[in-house]
Amino acid sequence: MAQAIRLALHVGEARMGVTDVFGEDVGPPLGGVFTCTQGLETAWNSPLDERGIVGMAMGIAMTGRIPVAEIQFCDYIFNAIDMLKLAGNASWGSNGAYHLPMVVMTPVGSGIHGSIYHSHSFESVMTHIPGWKVVLPSTPIDAYGLMLSAIRDPNPVMFLPPKALLRTKGDELIPGEPADQRQLHAMIDAPLGDRSKWKPEWPDVEDYFVPFGKAKRLREGRNATVVTYGRLAPVCLRAADELAAEGLSFDLFDLRSLVPLDWDAIVASVGRTHRLLVVNEDTEVTNFGEHVIRGVIDRAFAELEAAPVLLAGADVPGIGMAWTLEAASVPQQEAVVAAMRTLATAPAREGGGGGFLDIPLRLPRYR
Amino acid sequence: MDAAKKLRLHDLMVKSRVLEEQLIAMTRSGDGFFWIGGPGEEAFNVPVGLLVQKGEGPAFDYLHLHYRSSGILTAMGAEMIDAIRQMRATATDPYSGGRNFVNHYARHGWNVVPGTPTIEVQHSMVIGTAWVQKREGGTGISIVNGGDAGAAEGDFATCLNWASRPSHELPVLILIAHNHYGISTESTTQWHMQDIASRAGPFGIRHAMVDGNDVEASWAALEEAFAYVRRERRPYCLQGNVSRLNGHSSSTGGARVEGERDCIADFEQKLAAEKLLAPDAAKAVWDKYRVEAKAALEQARAESYPDPATLHRHTFYEGEG
Repeated sequence: MAQAIRLALHVGEARMGVTDVFGEDVGPPLGGVFTCTQGLETAWNSPLDERGIVGMAMGIAMTGRIPVAEIQFCDYIFNAIDMLKLAGNASWGSNGAYHLPMVVMTPVGSGIHGSIYHSHSFESVMTHIPGWKVVLPSTPIDAYGLMLSAIRDPNPVMFLPPKALLRTKGDELIPGEPADQRQLHAMIDAPLGDRSKWKPEWPDVEDYFVPFGKAKRLREGRNATVVTYGRLAPVCLRAADELAAEGLSFDLFDLRSLVPLDWDAIVASVGRTHRLLVVNEDTEVTNFGEHVIRGVIDRAFAELEAAPVLLAGADVPGIGMAWTLEAASVPQQEAVVAAMRTLATAPAREGGGGGFLDIPLRLPRYR
Repeated sequence: MDAAKKLRLHDLMVKSRVLEEQLIAMTRSGDGFFWIGGPGEEAFNVPVGLLVQKGEGPAFDYLHLHYRSSGILTAMGAEMIDAIRQMRATATDPYSGGRNFVNHYARHGWNVVPGTPTIEVQHSMVIGTAWVQKREGGTGISIVNGGDAGAAEGDFATCLNWASRPSHELPVLILIAHNHYGISTESTTQWHMQDIASRAGPFGIRHAMVDGNDVEASWAALEEAFAYVRRERRPYCLQGNVSRLNGHSSSTGGARVEGERDCIADFEQKLAAEKLLAPDAAKAVWDKYRVEAKAALEQARAESYPDPATLHRHTFYEGEG
């Protein structure tokens, strides 16, 4: 996925008017701690100053130029919240006089043994800031297509690649991407050691835009609708395939874009399955999944045979370093399987309108 | 400074002051809710507006202002009625369509970027417009205006640091209007030093301090600062020590504060002594703008508030125009 993002940024600067790709360790020699920005013509290193990074991007965008700024981990972005708020306000607050064509990318989520301050999720906070579009890829091809759409969009876009998926390989090639991974590696991955004379050899990748507000249907099924995104999309996919052996099938969606959100796909699916599970790894209080559930209740309450379920991260301040703590904090595959099975096999509530389900393994501890 | 320039400065200072007095009066007449502005800063702000290279795009100056910058806008040619419209929150408010506090401007054609009551954040954005200007050449610079209290925020340090990176110095003019207060808190209780501009020194940024109540001294200091940034494409930090004549905002009443120097009264005394402007002629300037302000208010009163149906407009980009 890191290579896919890099290819998208290359296309952005070569063909779409991106003038600056910058942030902490984004330029040479490192090219990003996840290597997403290696070899880019417009990449440069900034001071270690997240407010300055977002402010710089806003200023560049005020001139009509297109910046892509990186906050190294979303865990570091919290001191820049009011800059994000102001970027989201710029168009509305000026009654349309200014708009900011800018992208901020910052890796999110757990799964890299990141402990308390390298495991945060950010989408629930971010989607609470109006004026931004918010997208999360779960595959390299979607990372490529969402980044190109983010660059093309005239609004601020928050691009949130899951940390744990940045080094994963996808099944689908980017148009023009060499099929041989070793060949691509030789072309665009910076060598170890001295890189001062290295230049990438970019493959002739083609335009590929993932439209915002269009969920990807990963599996088609009848027993329940499962809505997820980001790191837990492949987990839900494996869970659905595991449960297929039990004769259960799921309408499984990777949202990809949280703002705007594909309500049509979700509501139509609930109309077919009459059950809804939302899965993500953000903390469960004021979780984006609650918004999804609220929206489904508003639009399709009468369709529900059972209360909609949110399976999310534990409401604790961080992810513990010990694997046992991380596994207890963030939904793991067995918890996803259990939740999907329980929801799919629970008896329908008489008259519809939902009922309470006992989802085992971990009950929310509400504040 | 020649006589014509002195009279021009005086005229604009009075216009800006009359506007602020009108805005304050509107909080009492039911024509507006919250007022915040810059009466007392005219001697420092009006020269800024006259020195600006006004236009759209990086070839011209960008202005990252705060809510006491009315003298700058007035000197740039802003009409009184537009601030009065914003105070009344009418749909015709050209700066925000009735969405923002008064004296919070956004004017794309003049490179005046959206203002906000969030203190000092403009210092983290000014580096972006200046970065583009440095890269693309030309003589346009980026001006950021803040106060002494706000300089305590990290964004001030952000500005100093990013504007002075080795080989990447930026054409940023940092203006500190030091009025000695943050709402009710005296700066002497919160700052070890009162020469806040000297914080720029360790960053290799040229800096100076001027009596911001003396319009001729302010003009000279600002003219030098503008010329330096325009020519050298490097930052400059200028502190003007100014008065705050009507307190922080309408939250503290907005009444005239005793004991503060009044830059316009000082200037009128000087102009009279130099036989450039007799008291009667000065009064005529005040009267002219009071008539204009009153007429503007009457016109704004006849204009509509925003249609609630437009609430969601411009949350996202809707195209040019």
